[in-house]
Amino acid sequence: MTAACPACGGADLAAPAAGSSGASAGILLHLPDISCAACIASVETALAGIPGVREARVNLSHKQALVQGVGLVPDTLVEGLAAAGHRAQPLDDGMLARQGDEMRGLLMRTGVAGFAMMNVMLLSVAVWSGAADTTERLFHLISAAIALPAVAFSGRPFFASALSALRRGRLNMDVPISLAITLAALVSLVGALQGSDRHSWFDAALALTFFLLIGRTLDHAGRRAARSAAAELAALNVPQAVRLDAAGRNHVVRADSLAEGDLILLRPGDRLPADGIVTEGRSDIDRSALTGESAPAAVAGGDEVAAGEVNLSGPLTVRVTRAGRDTALNRLAELVATAEMQRSRFAGLADRAARAYAPLVHLLGLGAFVAWWYVSGDVWRATDVAIAVLVITCPCALGLAVPAVSVVATGRLFRNGLLVKSRTALERLSEIDLVAFDKTGTLTTGAAELSGDPDGTALALAASLAAGSAHPYSRALVAAAEARGLSTIPVTDLTERPGLGMEARLGGRRIRLGRPSWIGAGGDGVALDTGEGAPILFTFREEIRPDAAEAIAALKRAGIDVALLSGDTAAPCNRVAGTLGIEQVESAMSPEDKADWIRNRTRDGRKILMVGDGLNDTGALSLAHASVALGSGLDAARSAADVVLLSGRLARIADLLVISRKGVGRMRQNIWLSFGYNAIAVPVALAGLATPFLAALAMSLSSVTVSLNAMRGMK
Amino acid sequence: MNVLVILIPASLGLGLIGLLGFVWTMRASQYDDAEGDRHRILDTRYDDAPKK
Repeated sequence: MTAACPACGGADLAAPAAGSSGASAGILLHLPDISCAACIASVETALAGIPGVREARVNLSHKQALVQGVGLVPDTLVEGLAAAGHRAQPLDDGMLARQGDEMRGLLMRTGVAGFAMMNVMLLSVAVWSGAADTTERLFHLISAAIALPAVAFSGRPFFASALSALRRGRLNMDVPISLAITLAALVSLVGALQGSDRHSWFDAALALTFFLLIGRTLDHAGRRAARSAAAELAALNVPQAVRLDAAGRNHVVRADSLAEGDLILLRPGDRLPADGIVTEGRSDIDRSALTGESAPAAVAGGDEVAAGEVNLSGPLTVRVTRAGRDTALNRLAELVATAEMQRSRFAGLADRAARAYAPLVHLLGLGAFVAWWYVSGDVWRATDVAIAVLVITCPCALGLAVPAVSVVATGRLFRNGLLVKSRTALERLSEIDLVAFDKTGTLTTGAAELSGDPDGTALALAASLAAGSAHPYSRALVAAAEARGLSTIPVTDLTERPGLGMEARLGGRRIRLGRPSWIGAGGDGVALDTGEGAPILFTFREEIRPDAAEAIAALKRAGIDVALLSGDTAAPCNRVAGTLGIEQVESAMSPEDKADWIRNRTRDGRKILMVGDGLNDTGALSLAHASVALGSGLDAARSAADVVLLSGRLARIADLLVISRKGVGRMRQNIWLSFGYNAIAVPVALAGLATPFLAALAMSLSSVTVSLNAMRGMK
Repeated sequence: MNVLVILIPASLGLGLIGLLGFVWTMRASQYDDAEGDRHRILDTRYDDAPKK
């Protein structure tokens, strides 16, 4: 990936971004559309039919396919799948290596703890039901032989986390967990070795480890799914650039290897990888990602262009003035960095519960020990009671309460096309009372549509000239002509005048379509000169997303305020806001203005959800209480947001708020449920009446209740 | 009580077999795609002969 890849050849950027060499052993493809058994079969059959493929395996959970074989080229695989009717994109090879090692470790530990727990429990049942003397001692020794290695292996995640917290002088939930597990195991070991007839807590130690590991695994699974999908999104657009060397030859290079002074070639449709000055060519530039302006700007030699802008009509040669970290993007990155710090201070429900809970548990355990020692004078008896208190108060249910709900809720959201990236996003989303939308690319599709009702013949002629151009206005003309069922008019000598328009001949007349100033007409839009009579002007407006109105109406019905923040001028903003029924409109805002607006409203106590897609939104996205980025948006916007809207359907945002409110309600219920169990069990333990049997029963019951409550249909 | 000499190793052995089975399924990546596996049962491709 570092230098020009042989498969792409010269400046041919039409090849997909991942330029892997032909000899790679495995290729990972992203399949965004697969969803059913038939898709799996057809993808695997299509891939197996491609020469060189040894094995193809679809992973539906991650919407990926891993293809193995010799001499594979990603492009042929993608083409093969396209022929079978599946969209596919190659993913970065590096992603293969770091898939799922941690998850596998956690599952293994859970499994070991579960099997050991069941075996020890069988032995314990014998003791509970009356085995005594030699048999009881033998069973305790066997339990010790199983439990100690199992606890040592399975409890590692808790011990490691508790140690690192203690080293920093803090208390987290893993400290009482580790304390309970180790104390229970060690004291029971001493009892077993002494051959005394006191209770053995081996099964309790293992059950505790097992249930807590389930919670930990669920938590991890949810975050991993989100992280891998987010990484996929990032891997999809590996930015590349075409560099011209001294001899004028083209090289395809990674955008981050560009340096100041390099000459780069930009074809229409390319996104600028660096800041620079145009040295050759004329074209139009789409600045909407940076500024939110919906109308393209004309550039020619000597004009400055910035990273993130898109070249629309003609090829440009640009001399790089700032690349990589130094680009105009950097200003925005700083906004994001300061905001991230603020957000990480938000403590999730589980953290807050744990912060109040951990010291309480330690005090209770210590108090029980001291009191019982003082009253009975028997150290072992006092230790027993202290362990019972620690084991019973240990937050099996509390450890499951939040992750179980969040896995169910994020899973449901993912099926609806919403990718939740942040762990605390659900809780923050549930508090939202104001939604701020960006305009260009968020409420609108970013494409233009023809406004007014122009004459049919003129439109057909304009569409015939526009057919070959990638300019958004050209595409709007072609789409309008197709929608009306107009057939094209054959023209000859069609040429593109970059930055100006198109020119052609029709029966001896010279016909021009392009910038009104070039044609000699006034106004905004595109003018058509038919060679006879006055030029005809076509005007355009932005295409609003089909479900935007529905989304805004749903939000208003739910009692949530809606605002529009845009970098565009007032007229288009007011038009979009009027169509959709948004009263609060702020136009001509710079990225800093947007961030300030969010900051001010937050100071007034509003909880804002920012929805955006462009670089000019990143500051606002990371400052807002919660944020949603569009999957079609820029990488920077996606990484700044908590939630990525993969489907592009805005109506899902109302569902998102509803589901997160329900989910957080369920989390609260679960936390109260587990506190409820403790309120009953702790007095019993303090009174010295708790037996290992009772502890096992309480732990299992509360964990199962909490998990079932999480899975209860979330409609 | 002598029966325990047989029963205890038998019970531990069965548990161990279960654990080894779990480790094997884990190593063979059988938990990587729970979503896909639940759809694969509807796949008719390997009904007549298993996948090689």
